[in-house]
Amino acid sequence: MFSWLVWRDLILAWRRRADVLATVFFFIIVTSLFPLGIGPERETLKTIAPGVVWVAALLASMLSLGRIFGNDYQDGTLEQLVLTPQPTYLVVLAKVLAHWIVSELPLVVIAPVLGLQFGLSENSLVIVIASLLLGTPVLSVIGSIGAALTLGLRAANVLVALLVLPLYIPVLIFGSGAVQASLTGASPQAWLLLLAATLVVSLVFAPWATSAALKISVE
Amino acid sequence: MLEAINVTCVRGTRRLFKDLNFAVARGELIELRGPNGSGKTSLLRILCGLATPAAGDVLWDGTNIRSLGEEYSASVAYLGHQNAVKDELTAIENLRISSGVAGHALDKGEAQRVLAQVGLTQQQNLPARVLSAGQRRRLAMTRLLTANATLWILDEVLTSLDQAAMGLSRDFMTEHLKNGGAAIVATHQDLNLTASSVKRLQLS
Repeated sequence: MFSWLVWRDLILAWRRRADVLATVFFFIIVTSLFPLGIGPERETLKTIAPGVVWVAALLASMLSLGRIFGNDYQDGTLEQLVLTPQPTYLVVLAKVLAHWIVSELPLVVIAPVLGLQFGLSENSLVIVIASLLLGTPVLSVIGSIGAALTLGLRAANVLVALLVLPLYIPVLIFGSGAVQASLTGASPQAWLLLLAATLVVSLVFAPWATSAALKISVE
Repeated sequence: MLEAINVTCVRGTRRLFKDLNFAVARGELIELRGPNGSGKTSLLRILCGLATPAAGDVLWDGTNIRSLGEEYSASVAYLGHQNAVKDELTAIENLRISSGVAGHALDKGEAQRVLAQVGLTQQQNLPARVLSAGQRRRLAMTRLLTANATLWILDEVLTSLDQAAMGLSRDFMTEHLKNGGAAIVATHQDLNLTASSVKRLQLS
């Protein structure tokens, strides 16, 4: 069941790839606006780089949250998914995994290139990738709670932002903290461990909250 | 097999029905009738476990379906107003993926046989986006054939089907009853099933 659902979401994303590209371009444009707006001063750019990359990643992943359950809700597939003989927890995990591969992994891949325009060193770029790899799954899985709660509501996108952005704050702090640490020559290890811990905790609890929210939404 | 005891449904401030009692046994079909807005869909959603009744219990072999959870889902196939068909996938992909997700994967040959049963052989490689409303309904019906469910819960199953497809769905239902299955069907049209075990439940 699990792999079929992930596979299905990957095919669907491929056939609607304009949506995915929109997220990636949003990420690229937002991060590129800062050097243009602030000017080419190397030190300033370096200082703001961790924050800018992470905030842009947060916003870009917000954009794609509506797609986790939205289409399935509209065409009735979600009801069928809730009624499958497997726990809804697994359905949520599969959808979150697919969302991460489709909407977050491209951000992780493109981020080092964007880091270059801020003059980040090779070492810091590695930390950018590592922190995003650990942090973006948290964004997907926590975002799924907001996406499930706002299904079928008007102005769902704004509501999702209000619900989910506050929950993203720890990820933002730990993620940009790791990159910041690597810039000042300190060890980013503690930050990365905190991110990993956040990931484990959210993977255990968030799908459970999401499945409860889904059951309310389809009722 | 399935038993509804004093089921009451409230939507907002309106009470749709109160203290509804009925039972379905193997080989039986319940034709659910009632004017628009009388709560047919709400009742079906309660029976398949998507919604919770305001009061009363739904029992499956004597156990409340709430406590059975996924175990109950495995014995039920629900076909709602919406077809749960993905526009971007072809007919055969829709069938294979939805049955894979539901836990009983089909290989290509099996999927083609099922599509042939509902008369979609010609359309199997067309994206569902270009199928007509009736063809999409036929595609949704394949879920019933592949699910191996004891209880079928069907909401307006004959909508937008042509004469041939209506005949097909009647055949499927008759076959299902003959094999010891049960069904609850909300409908405005006469099902005209030849089987004698058809009961009628009227909501007002």
